[in-house]
Formats: sequence, structure tokens, C-alpha cells
Amino acid sequence: MLHTNPPHLKYTKEHEWVRDDGGGVFAVGITEFAAEQLGDITFVELPPVDAQVSQGAEVATVESVKAANDIYAPIGGVITAVNGELEEHPEIVNQSPYENGWFFKLEEVDAAELDELMDATHYEAFLKDQ
Amino acid sequence: MTWIPATDAERGEMLAAIGVRSIDELFATIPEHLRLRKWQVPPGRSQMAVQRILAETAARNDTGTLSFVGGGYYDHHIPAAVDALASRSEFLTAYTPYQPECAQGTLQAVYEYQSAVCRLTDLECANASLYDGGTAVFEATTMAVRQTRRTRIVCHESLNPLYRRMLATHTANLELDIVDSEPASLDGAACVIVQNPSFLGTVRDFSDLAERCHAAGALLVVSFYPVSLGLLKTPGAMGADIAIAEGQSLGLPLSFGGPYLGIMAARQKLIRKMPGRIAAATQDAEGRRGFVLTLQAREQHIRREKATSNICSNEAHCALRALIHLCLLGREGLREVAVQCHAKAEYLKGRLIEGAAGIQLLNDGPTFNEFAVRLPADAESVVERLLDRGIHPGLPLAPLGAGERTDLLVAVTEKHTREDLDTLTEALEQALCN
Amino acid sequence: MQLIFETSRPGRRGVRLDPLDVPEATLPAEFCREDAPNLPEVGELDVVRHFTRLSARNFGVDSHFYPLGSCTMKYNPKLADAISALPGLAGLHPHLSSSPVYHGCIQGALEIVYETEHLLAEIAGMREVSLQPIAGAHGELTGALLIAAYHRAKGNKKDTIIIPDSAHGTNPASATIAGFKVVQAPSGADGTIRLDAFKNVMNDSVAGVMLTCPNTHGLFEPDVHKIADLAHEADALLYYDGANLNAIIGQSRPGDLGFDVMHFNLHKTFATPHGMGGPGSGPVGVGERLAPFLPGPRVTRTEVGFGLEMPPQSIGKIAAFFGNFLVAARAYAYLLCQGDEGLKNVARYAVLNANYILARLKDAYDPAYDTTCMHECVFTATRQAKAGVRAIDIAKALLDRGFHAPTIYFPLTVKESIMIEPTETESKQTLDAFCDAMRAIAQAAQDDPESLHAAPQTTPVGRLDEVRAARELDCGCL
Repeated sequence: MLHTNPPHLKYTKEHEWVRDDGGGVFAVGITEFAAEQLGDITFVELPPVDAQVSQGAEVATVESVKAANDIYAPIGGVITAVNGELEEHPEIVNQSPYENGWFFKLEEVDAAELDELMDATHYEAFLKDQ
Repeated sequence: MTWIPATDAERGEMLAAIGVRSIDELFATIPEHLRLRKWQVPPGRSQMAVQRILAETAARNDTGTLSFVGGGYYDHHIPAAVDALASRSEFLTAYTPYQPECAQGTLQAVYEYQSAVCRLTDLECANASLYDGGTAVFEATTMAVRQTRRTRIVCHESLNPLYRRMLATHTANLELDIVDSEPASLDGAACVIVQNPSFLGTVRDFSDLAERCHAAGALLVVSFYPVSLGLLKTPGAMGADIAIAEGQSLGLPLSFGGPYLGIMAARQKLIRKMPGRIAAATQDAEGRRGFVLTLQAREQHIRREKATSNICSNEAHCALRALIHLCLLGREGLREVAVQCHAKAEYLKGRLIEGAAGIQLLNDGPTFNEFAVRLPADAESVVERLLDRGIHPGLPLAPLGAGERTDLLVAVTEKHTREDLDTLTEALEQALCN
Repeated sequence: MQLIFETSRPGRRGVRLDPLDVPEATLPAEFCREDAPNLPEVGELDVVRHFTRLSARNFGVDSHFYPLGSCTMKYNPKLADAISALPGLAGLHPHLSSSPVYHGCIQGALEIVYETEHLLAEIAGMREVSLQPIAGAHGELTGALLIAAYHRAKGNKKDTIIIPDSAHGTNPASATIAGFKVVQAPSGADGTIRLDAFKNVMNDSVAGVMLTCPNTHGLFEPDVHKIADLAHEADALLYYDGANLNAIIGQSRPGDLGFDVMHFNLHKTFATPHGMGGPGSGPVGVGERLAPFLPGPRVTRTEVGFGLEMPPQSIGKIAAFFGNFLVAARAYAYLLCQGDEGLKNVARYAVLNANYILARLKDAYDPAYDTTCMHECVFTATRQAKAGVRAIDIAKALLDRGFHAPTIYFPLTVKESIMIEPTETESKQTLDAFCDAMRAIAQAAQDDPESLHAAPQTTPVGRLDEVRAARELDCGCL
């Protein structure tokens, strides 16, 4: 299946994306591939705002009827915002994984950790191997 | 062959279809040296013989002609319709409803059971069942730990000592801090676990404790006695976050300890932390109402090591019995059973305490259907004297570590008549005054 | 169909009590609920009709072939129902075991516990058995706690349990709940554990290894004794998940294979009814190393009769009394009837039946592994999936043809898996009818895939909207 993974984002092997929103703010969500694999998403559990998280920490959960996945922090930082809309309308993640379906925003991140992530080309190559 | 229908001819046809000459060939993947050589299993017997043997064995038990043993498990009347309906093999021989279209009977019954438990407890959600009252304490504990991310558990003195021991066994390899008296501060506690009525029968209102728990960010877990909720203040009304129970009193025979029923209900916000199966209403493409298992992503078959519990088989058939029992009793019936249990226990309590034998009451508050007494003699020796008359006068508390050698726990249900209560009073007085 | 709550009419009553024959008593209002519980107000006939109609909306073993893989849905003998209803068993108070003064009243029950434990131990080649665990997963948890107690007593610092990727979900969940870390051992292309992969994860931190044998692919683990040796060299203990015991009972014993601890599923191998998902019973068996740690009290036999004893190193109470006693009594009756020869035939015919199905279906569906199987066979519906027909469509189409569906989408290691366990109690006619239906569905998947997407059509409801159920969460009528 073809996915259009925006070129300006960074990706993880756990199928999360990170977007530089400028001003030291980074948004995190899950990729279109991940959303499709889960099927109709029925629930999203978001982390508390102000939580300090390290790279790889479990910070959120996303559930469909037959699966549940943990969302890991692609990079460490402080959670400064969460997308509360997803709690009432988890289907947004299926409809708009790269825009309205963002999960949370991080600040005070370590730029070196960001460099470890894949760009869109590498992520697509990674998907082909799956 | 018992319960194997294959004829010799059919076996031959099947082996031919498979392309092997004998059944033994199919076991070739088991290395020869790992095969069974001999075992000491007796030859099979006829159904007639087995029925006779087990009827004789069962007859060597003495259920007593008059029993006042309770301690969390009670001999209530079970209407005949409970057995008649629950023994329908469409219920008894079905499996977990993984194919909902051919298990709507099961799923609707689970949904109705969950509804009945919520109405009984004044809480918002319930699961399809846990194993029993004791394991429900463990499940509530781990649920509170997951919800609060704290590890201190406070067990109130009211809790059944068997449940407390089971909790210790189940959590032996977890890093939990379980304390047995209420600390000066509940800060840092995941939950406080109480029981109402207490193991010794005392009725309390834990509303104040609920407030203190919530102020400290802890949950209140109330273990309740289902029949008592025909009369007593509910866990929900007290402010409990999780309510659990041994459901045996709802249409299940005493059965020497099982199968029983673990009941669990909780606040809606805790539903995703709940262990076990949950049924939910939905519809099919034509808009017909139907029921499915939901939130399965919590469970072990999907979530594996991250599941909210390891529970798979539950006590679904026992939950069905409880539901049928509650429906037969109904709103007024359950209240009447509770009122009668209480009134009869009060009558017996009064007669025992006011009698000349010197029996003292140990409860420091009102009681429901059970109370603890201190006898002027060793409780077990008193019980022994009454056994000859077929009377089981109650549960000696010392062997359970729940009292002195003189202490006896006495339970009454709606099945006891005034004459039964008078018989016990007289028998005890006779035993104590001689 | 209406909910029982929707049939309620104010003032209607079902069962009535005798009038109160003692003075009324009062309890202070602060301790009482405000209103009577809002239970249905219905008559006895309302209840009888409601639940009779509900029962008609179920498939059970008594009405339908139920080839659910890993669930062993064999016939549940009616004899066992009669045994469990004996008043001396059903009416016996468990607390009579709590005080020695009452032990004379429970001699029959203690004998059943004692004899059942000993028979199970002999059948599995274990030293001792405890009936306490209430279900299979509870037995797993008990086993994991026994392993933890063993290592604690020896001062071993071990915190990990190895579990194959094909294991039942309860294995990792039980190990975690018992306080262990879980490491997965991958299956090889032939569906069994790869010994080299196992060696990679085996180290000194490993406290135990949990195996199902035959595994959930229906295959006997050929290296099971080598795995046992490797584990024992590192003082790790080997756990046998008894879910698939029906495949080897009377042919090979877990104890002889090198297992130290196991659970039995009395509701699978020993024919007690599944009851819509429970009650089950999950007795735990142990070898020499773990026997001192078994849950207590233990039933002992002396010259004066049966008594109870708490072993000094016991992990304590895993159940309040003796587990699901009446389920054990049913299993005991089954064991006495079957006896030596009967039990040996159980696995033989369970394996024959599974291989017959495999033989009859292997050109219509792709077997997951190209070999004979044990008590269950696993297919993959990937061929059908290319035509747009998935395992779930095949399952639903079976319902329309009068069969319960096999287990689907498990094991997780096989794509579009269809796992069929016929058991020994089914006749060749039934197996043939099932195979005919499966072959007809495979044909329909080629000719008219759309027709399968519409299944089931003969059940009380069609496919239900599970997404709606999870999003709206209507879990009770409050």
C-alpha cells in the first residue's frame, strides 16, 4: 500500500513521526501506516502535560478493537500540550494522521536525539522491509 | 470405548485418508524414549459404578441438619428455577463468546448481569466476572496500583482473613507495601481495602474513609456481601471507587469452596483498568441490537504481558446463576431476604446474649446476618458437643487467627426458622451450663 | 430481544418467602441504602421464558460441533452433572475445613480432593498436585509463584521467564503478574522452537521457561528434552502449559519430558463443561523440586482418616479452600470412568480426528506447516485472502452452515490462521460434514466471495459493529 509520508517530518521504527513546529516546539503523532495497521481507532490515552519524558519512554496508548499499541517518546523532552480532541474523537487519528491527529507536543528536546530518527525516504524503505 | 464414537471400520477409513497405517504412526514426532512406559491408573468403570462410588463418598460428608456456619459463604435459599435454567446445555456447554453472532444468549446475559451488578452497587461499570471474592481483592489491588502508579496497599481490619492471606500469596513476588492498619496519613497509598459487613459481621459506613482516600489520591475498595445490599448502604453511595464481592450468596450452592463468583464493579473512569471480560451493546448492519465483548485490548489474548490481568476463563456460568437468582428475587425480593436475614440474626443475638449461659457479643457496632460471640468455654469443644445433634453452631475463630479460642462466628439466613434459632439457643445453653 | 429489565412491571414478584416469624428489627438509617435495588420486577414465568429464549441464541457442544483450536471442546458427560449435584458435595460448607472440630464432617470431600490430586499427578508424571488454582491462567500464576519461591529459597537472583512467540497470551500475562520479566523465544519456519534461538535467550537471569507441548501450531516440540536440560543446567525450571494435554495424555507425560511444574485444564482435557467461559479449574502439578512450596493446606491421609496440613515452605493460599471443588469432582468422575485404557484412547483419537481433517482439507486450504499434526491442525487462509475472503469470513460462513467456527487469528505467528481442534468425541460423520462445509466455503471464496462477506445470515444478528461498541461503551443498562 502506498503512503504519503510528508517529507518534512522525522520517523521512528515504531511508526511515530516528529514535526518541528518552530520555536523549540515538536509535535508527535503516529504514521498513516500505523493507523492503518490498527484499523478503526477507538481510544487514545494521552500523557499528563508538564511530564518530563526520556527518549523511548511509553507516553501514550492507542487502541483499536483488536489491538493496543504503546506510543513511545521519539525524543526526550517536556510534554507541553496534548491533543485533547482525540479523547472524544479517536477516529481523527485515522482520518488525519499527520495533521489533526497529532498526539502531544514536546519542548526542551535534545537535538542529537532528533538526528537519530529517519527521514521520509528512509522510513519508506524501512516500511518496504516490513 | 467411553465417549469415543469411532468404529474400527471408520478408523481404517480415516487412517487410509491420512495415508498412515496406524494411529501410532501419528505419534512418531514424540521421541521413543519420551513415551509413556507405565502408569498406575486403575481400569475404567461403568457410569453406574462411578455414580454409586461417588454417592457413597458424598454421603460420608455431614452437611449438618442445622448449620450456622458462615464466614463469607452462606446457605441461602436457591429457587428451583435457577438450576432448571442454568443447567440448559446451550449455556453449560458453550465457550467464551468469541463468535458473537452464535453467542447472543451468553452476551446478553453478561450485559444484563453487569447491569444488575451496577444497580446493586450504585457504580457505573462492572465486568463479566472474576474467580471469587478472594482473587477479586488481588485484582482490585493491581487495578489500583495501575491507576495510581503507587505501591502502598492498606488492608482494613474488617477484611476476611482468608482474603488477606490470599493477597499475600498472590503478591509475594511483587514489590508492594501492604500494611494492615490505617497509617496516620494515606498519602502515597494506592488504595484502602475494606469489607462491609466486616468478617466478624459488623456493619459500617465508610463514607468518611472514602473522602480521606480521595483527598490523598488513593482509591477506596469495598468488598461487599451481595445479599446485604438489599438493605445496606451501597459501595457507590459510600464513595467507593471499586466494589468487589464473593458472589456465592446469589444462587450458588456452598460446593465446599467452589465454583464461586468474583464480582467487580467500578467508577466509569476506571473501566479501561478493569480486569476480565466486558460485554457491550451495539448493533448489526440492519440496526438490530446485539452484544459483543469489548475493550478486549486490555486482555491477555491481545495485550499479553501488558494486559490488565492474566484472567481468561472466568466464572461466566456462575454469573448467569447470580443473574437468574437476582431476577427471580427482584427488587422487593432481595430487600425482603436481607430484611429477614437481619431480623432473624437480631432475634438470635438477643436470645444468646440475654440467656443465662454468659455469652458475650464481640461486635462493636450493628450487625447484619452474622455476629461474633465469646463463649464461657472453648469454642471447638462446644461445637463438638453439638455435632452429635447434627448442629453446626458456627465457625470457631481461633483457627483462622481471627479471635480467641472461646470465640465463635454465628451466621443466620432467611432459611432459618424461629424454631431453628430457639433450638440453637437451647443447645448452646445446655452445652455451656453442663 | 428485550432485556429482562425492559420486561419489568412495578409490583410484580417472582419468588416469595415465608412471612417473617421473628420480631422486625431496625438498622440505623445511616447504614441503609435509600431505595431498594433497582432489579427487575418480573414473575417466575417471565424469568423462565426470558432465559430459555436466551439459551436458544447460543451454540453449545450439545447442539453444535465446536472445533475451537486450543479450547478442547469435547463432549461433557452428563454423569458429571449428576455427580456435581450430589447434596453431600453441593451442600457442603467450605469453612468446615477451617476448624479441626469439623473435619469429621468432610471426610468424603477430602477423599475426593486427595484421590483427584493423586490421579492427576500419576497421569502427568508429577510428584504432587494441588487443586487450588481456579482456572488455567490461575494455575500459570501459581506455577510462576512456585518458581519464584524456589529461587528465593535458594538465594538465586533470577527475574526472567522465557516464553515462545506462539504461546497463549495468558503465559506472558501470568509471568508478568507474578513479578517476572518476559523474554520471547521465536519459532522457526517449521513451527517449533529453534534450539539456537532458545540458547540465545537462555542465561543465568532466567528463572523459568514456559512451554506448551504440543505447541499452539499443533506440533510436538522435538527438542523439548534438550530445552529441559539447558534450563536445568542453569537452575531454571520448566513449566508445562496443560492447554494441549489432550494431545499426549496416556502417550507421554510432562514429568517424563522434563517439566518441573504444570497446570491442568480440567475443563479441557477432563471434560468438565466450559460454561460460556467458566468456571474452569487449573490444578497445578509439581516435581520434586517444587513440591515443598505447594499452596496449602494439603490433604493428608492417616490411619484415622483425612486431615489437613500446612507445609512449612508453602507459598500460602492461592484459593480460599480447595479451588473449584465441584469442577474437580466432575473431573474425578470422568477419570474413574475412563480409567487406564479410556485415557490412553483420548489422545489417540483426538490426534486421529485432527489429522483426518488436515488430510481432507489440505488441498482446499494451505496448512500452516507441511507435516502431520497432533490434536489440532492449523491452516492459513492467505490463499483465500488474495480473493478478498479472510479467516473471519470463513468463520462466519461456517455459522450459517451449522458449525461453530474454529479459532481464528491465533496463533499470532500464522497469518489469517484457522486453528481446528475436533477432539476425540466427534464422529466421522460430523467431521465429514464439517469438511464438506469447509470445502464448499473454499469453493465459494473462488466463485462468489461477496456471498461470504454477508455471512452469517441465519444467526439472530448479523456481524456486529465492534467499533461502535468500543466507542460508545454501553456496558450496562443503569
